[in-house]
Amino acid sequence: MSHRAGDARKEQQIVGKNILLIILVIAIAVIPLIFQSKAEFAGADDQAKDAISQIDKGYKPWFHSIWTPPSAEIESLLFALQAGIGSLVIGYYIGFARGRKKTEEEA
Amino acid sequence: MSKKIQIFFSIILMLIFMPKPTFAMHIMEGFLPPVWCISWGAIAIPFVILGLFSIQKTVQANPRVKMLLAMAGAFTFVLSALKIPSVTGSCSHPTGIGLGAILFGPTPMAVLGLIVLIFQALLLAHGGITTLGANTFSMAIVGSLVSFGVYKLIKKFKGPLWLSVFLAAFLGDLMTYVTTSFQLALAYPSATGGIGESLVKFMGIFAVTQLPLAVSEGILTVIIFNVLTSYSKNELQDLKILSEEASL
Repeated sequence: MSHRAGDARKEQQIVGKNILLIILVIAIAVIPLIFQSKAEFAGADDQAKDAISQIDKGYKPWFHSIWTPPSAEIESLLFALQAGIGSLVIGYYIGFARGRKKTEEEA
Repeated sequence: MSKKIQIFFSIILMLIFMPKPTFAMHIMEGFLPPVWCISWGAIAIPFVILGLFSIQKTVQANPRVKMLLAMAGAFTFVLSALKIPSVTGSCSHPTGIGLGAILFGPTPMAVLGLIVLIFQALLLAHGGITTLGANTFSMAIVGSLVSFGVYKLIKKFKGPLWLSVFLAAFLGDLMTYVTTSFQLALAYPSATGGIGESLVKFMGIFAVTQLPLAVSEGILTVIIFNVLTSYSKNELQDLKILSEEASL
């Protein structure tokens, strides 16, 4: 019994630690937004083209994307979908692993 | 304040207040000359094949890690969809490769990374089909090798698990973009200073943008590892990440 209580406490500690770590990650993402309030935060692909054309003035891309999302909205839809599908799998796995551990402990 | 701290803060402030145009993502479609596309593709193929064999072997030996493998793939999928603002005033995204490389070794992530890159190239016009080989090499191969190597090294010196996980993911992420700079510098040597000058230029841009994101990736990987060590001890033991009694 005490073993299980110890486990539960350990689990709580890890949840606490993880929440702190998540806040840290959010802070790392938010700080640039505050300090660089005038920056564009562009997706950078266009700037890449500038950097390359500075070095090689005549360069023309020799191949174009087969399909490009028709608008920024569609593009963000697809990115959200990508993140969503991934999160679903991760969440499923964590739930599965947690349930499995509970069952093993009760058995 | 001591001198060191003052210098540290002035560097941080300099980085924060120095906006410059930058890019820090995969190489775009059509922006790598064909000879380089083919070369990087040829270098990448053996790793992907080794990765397929490695996955098969791991799953056969430990069938219960299959779900963990799916989760590592999903982690890459999520992280490479998150374009996060950086101190340079532009956005980049982490790679999420480190987690899988620590868990499954250096080659399986070549396969999973390739899948993610194909998805992004076809559906998002992000990266590209012609640059697939180069991007697979930088993200899924160099990233994996660095993460795996750093993890093993720190483990060998008996460093704590969280530190080995953090540094593995952090350096794997950073080296991915260093490799991208190399690839671009090789393809676009500067007329005045050659490959070296281009490299300095691309790296100067890359390292700064990617640095905070690499830290984020390190932390996110530690978070997942915390969860794994509390719920998935058995799988981690199967994969020899944890010995019978070890904990974080």
